[in-house]
Amino acid sequence: MGDVRLMKGNEVIAEAAIRCGCDGYFGYPITPQSEVMETLMARQPWEQTGMVVLQAESEVAAINMVYGGASCGKKIMTSSSSPGISLKQEGITYLAGAELPALVVNVVRAGPGLGTIQPAQSDYFQSVKGGGHGDYKLIVLAPASVQEMNDFVGLGFELAFKYRNPALILSDGAIGQMMEKVELSDYKPRWTDEEIQEISGSWATTGKKSDRERNISTSLDLDSARQEQFNHKLQAKYRAMEENEVRFEKINCDDAEYLFIAYGSSARISQKAVELGREKGIKIGLIRPITLFPYPTKAIQEMLGQVKGILSVEMSAGQMVEDVRLAVNGKVPVEHFGRYGGIIPTPEEVLEALEQKIIGK
Amino acid sequence: MTATTEINKIINEDNLVYKKTNLLLDNEMHYCPGCTHGVIHKVIAEVIDEMDIQNETIGVSPVGCSVLAYNYIDIDWQEAAHGRAPALATATSRLMPEKYVFTYQGDGDLASIGCAEIIHACNRGENIVVFFVNNAIYGMTGGQMAPTTLEGQVTATTPYGRNTALNGHTMKITEMIALLPGTRYVTRQSAETPAAVRKLKKAVRKAFENTTEKKGLSFIEIVGTCSSGWKLTPTQSNEWMKENMFPFYQLGTLKDE
Repeated sequence: MGDVRLMKGNEVIAEAAIRCGCDGYFGYPITPQSEVMETLMARQPWEQTGMVVLQAESEVAAINMVYGGASCGKKIMTSSSSPGISLKQEGITYLAGAELPALVVNVVRAGPGLGTIQPAQSDYFQSVKGGGHGDYKLIVLAPASVQEMNDFVGLGFELAFKYRNPALILSDGAIGQMMEKVELSDYKPRWTDEEIQEISGSWATTGKKSDRERNISTSLDLDSARQEQFNHKLQAKYRAMEENEVRFEKINCDDAEYLFIAYGSSARISQKAVELGREKGIKIGLIRPITLFPYPTKAIQEMLGQVKGILSVEMSAGQMVEDVRLAVNGKVPVEHFGRYGGIIPTPEEVLEALEQKIIGK
Repeated sequence: MTATTEINKIINEDNLVYKKTNLLLDNEMHYCPGCTHGVIHKVIAEVIDEMDIQNETIGVSPVGCSVLAYNYIDIDWQEAAHGRAPALATATSRLMPEKYVFTYQGDGDLASIGCAEIIHACNRGENIVVFFVNNAIYGMTGGQMAPTTLEGQVTATTPYGRNTALNGHTMKITEMIALLPGTRYVTRQSAETPAAVRKLKKAVRKAFENTTEKKGLSFIEIVGTCSSGWKLTPTQSNEWMKENMFPFYQLGTLKDE
């Protein structure tokens, strides 16, 4: 057993960043994720690992600092909550367009607008369908526990560098604020200049050496034919992610006649609803998407021979349910159940919704 | 003896008093005739070459006419979103403190949409150099009003002249920046005569030397022309600049600590 602690999800994001060899964090305070930067500032990682931590003047500046840092081949991250993530969308599409690896954390709160500081999952569309302008995708990881807040920081960076693409941890105010037992990752040193040269030397703007052409970090190409080719390249990358990076968890699915599909906090609640349902003799299973892009479409399709209906459970007015319906393509009934505005549903409500919307129909 | 062989006799290493720096690439420049960007690029490239810091320098280009600056100077570049160059430079300089990092921004980019980023980078005293090219207009988008557009100046969005009641006042952002404790060297230069270019080059050298000494942020405004936006010939543009811009944007060093 390694370093086991009782910690808040947001604190763990900060701790995991330091331990995974992150080079820089640039952020701006917003509830309910301010503990990420507060923890970093208290930990002073610049004294220990050399990691840079800077409070920017705005979310807009923070994400553009991420762009600058990522352009240097460094492991760079930012975090925010929904209204702040909206402000970062410009920077995120530029990161995708310049093929820069970076990690963004969204501890989602309810919207639209200022909304409220309570947890929600209403940023699904923004996260997986674009958010900013242009045809791009993020690798979207959805933690359902404080442990996964730890694990996905390292994984997010790994995938971001593997594909030279920004990765997003889509958490929510519940997972960010709650305390749970967590086994922290071991310390990994930050990359040396030589390692950065080896990993990212073909594109990182570290100063032009005489043995290479200048590196340019840009998302601009005014030539439409080349721009189309570049977009083909991006699309091929996204198809490769769909091929290689789908992650999900199946719970009680072997004999399931009904299925919940839920991620993050909703998956935790739905798991309890599965238990309650099975106590009543209803054979319910749960598919928990861990990657929201790429989406576990095939995992859902493989269940269609055995299930009679599916309930998509989200703390939103119904966003992920569209991807469930695309996967199911009308073969079995699919309904959505959600609470929103910062309300977290109870397992009893979730089970009742299955009984009324699917089983009773 | 033909004229060509006569010229070839003259052009030899012994007689060479001036040559284009190798850092200035041979890509065809997209700038309009009479534009100041080309001269400024040349000066920056020469200083980087003379200080022998090519492999330690990262430039950040803006959105605006100089968005393609990375096609002309042979160093590593980052191309920023509109106005955000100081944020990119902040991170780059903090993550690689031994490097020379500069932003190259126009007046729309720096004084309008990027006002927050430049003010805060200056206030933090980032160890970077900022080149601010002020031609009192948006060039790339077709000559619209900038914060720096003079009162009465005709642009695409002030077709009857800038009216302060309607369009607000002309902004002297360099004077504001000089007030911030994070800036160490703030100067306003021009590049319309050989003498002005030589003065500009001295300022550029000083700014990069401040980076070496980790003195903080050096800010060089260059008052320049936009013949296309102003709808004047290059020669007329220089005259218009001297008559109208220099009295308002007075040349000289505002701060040198």
